Amino acid sequence: MAYSEKVVEHFQKPLNVGSFGSSSDVKDRSDIGVGIVGAPECGDVMQLHIKVDEAGKIEDAKFKCFGCGSAIASSSLATEWIKGRTVDEALAIKNTEIVEELALPPVKIHCSVLAEDSIRTAINDWKKKNGHDVEDDHHHH
Amino acid sequence: MTAQDTTIYFDHASTTPCDQRVVDAMLPYFTSIYGNSSSRNHAYGWEAENGVDTARSQVADLLGAQPKEIIFTSGATESNNIAIKGAARMYAKAPAGSESRGHIITAVHEHKAVIDPCRRLEREGFDVTFLEPGADSIITAQMVKDALRDDTILVSIMWANNELGTINEIPCIGKICKEHGAVFHTDATQWVGKLPTDVEADNIDLLSLSAHKMYGPKGVGALYVRRRRPRVRLQAIQDGGGHERGFRSGTLNVSSIVGLGAACAIAKEEMEAEGKRLSALRDKLENELMSRLEVVEVNGHRDHRLPHMTNISFGFVEGESLMMGIKNIACSSGSACTSASLEPSYVLKALGVGDELAHSSLRLSLGRHTTEAEVDEAIEGIAAAVQHLRAMSPLFDLWKEGVDISKIEWQSH
Repeated sequence: MAYSEKVVEHFQKPLNVGSFGSSSDVKDRSDIGVGIVGAPECGDVMQLHIKVDEAGKIEDAKFKCFGCGSAIASSSLATEWIKGRTVDEALAIKNTEIVEELALPPVKIHCSVLAEDSIRTAINDWKKKNGHDVEDDHHHH
Repeated sequence: MTAQDTTIYFDHASTTPCDQRVVDAMLPYFTSIYGNSSSRNHAYGWEAENGVDTARSQVADLLGAQPKEIIFTSGATESNNIAIKGAARMYAKAPAGSESRGHIITAVHEHKAVIDPCRRLEREGFDVTFLEPGADSIITAQMVKDALRDDTILVSIMWANNELGTINEIPCIGKICKEHGAVFHTDATQWVGKLPTDVEADNIDLLSLSAHKMYGPKGVGALYVRRRRPRVRLQAIQDGGGHERGFRSGTLNVSSIVGLGAACAIAKEEMEAEGKRLSALRDKLENELMSRLEVVEVNGHRDHRLPHMTNISFGFVEGESLMMGIKNIACSSGSACTSASLEPSYVLKALGVGDELAHSSLRLSLGRHTTEAEVDEAIEGIAAAVQHLRAMSPLFDLWKEGVDISKIEWQSH
């Protein structure tokens, strides 16, 4: 399969790879939101850690991804886009914007959906930890 | 620029380049010796027939067979079809249209060119047993013995597996079939030209082979059909001019047949030395990867396998991204689990490799022109790609923390 140049670039030099600690380290930290989506048997697992300040601004984001090149590129791009945004601004990011930016073919659209899901899951985790209302998860796929 | 300039070729189990000596042997048959080998009444035909006769002897020599026992085909898929359907229909216990026409034994991890003919025969009223190998992938003589029935007419077990290179217990399986009176066919596509064959000592009735797996041209192969003790009969699939003793009608592909013969002659001379050289390189490749990386496993039996190939799994990396990371190495990939991007390998599944989640496998097969420098480059490339992907893999982190990822409740999509 031929990948777009942007996918190849993110694959070779992914941005913001990492985490803010092991799963047990970040579990109870109220400044960290954790989102893990996907499943190994489906060939995609995305893990997003966001560090959020008291005003609700995402100061930093780190990802890890088990998945194809498009999944890696989608999560890499997602971290880059949400850094510096407020959680509400980050929630407004749509998977279709990721598809467009990376020129993902139809068979890889699920990678962008997974990236969007990881953003929402991480933000909801942060909100729950900080006593904010969490919108119902509405899966639009 | 072609792929050859940029990419290491480690996919010889898929196909091999034509040996230059093979090409040289073939060339005159396109433009000078172009007669139809069936033309009996002029010199053009005789010359072509001489070429075919020589090739038939060369193939027979490699197999320990008689030239008359060699049928030329378009490749191993056709050979398998002629052998399996031809034998089952010839030795059927009941006429077409009825049930219980006879029992056939094969295995779940055979090539599709054996599985699918057997599936068709099932629909035609034959019973088929698909043997399941253990984790080492080997079909033993005992497994076949336990599956034999009074009405077993045909056993088809490949000599060496195409994804793993593992070797089944062929001489012993053949012996058991002989004692039982069942016809024994082996798909020897991966075996012939790599390790020695003797259809007498190995108790083989029918054997399929393909030229392009042993440095011959694509689109040509052969079927060995035993003529003595016992004489094996087949019902032909293709009707026509009665070529190849009626087993395979159609004008002979003379130039390619000459190429197949030349490839067999070269293999007979060189396979022993080549096997030693390639197994040393293969072992280096495997051992280096296993010493540099954690959670690496060789699939199938480590000893009973072909000298030139390995099937190796890397934990916690996804298959398509692994292929993307090593795009300067041409090889085959397989994953035992279903993923959005890769077809799962039914061969690896049969071994239970999929029971541990998130393993991706590479089939690396070396060949005549493989150099040690290429092996070294591949070791570096594969190790770097796996490390790059593991540095990003949340599953690798969880494993290092001691979490069993198969126990996590994942939210599948």
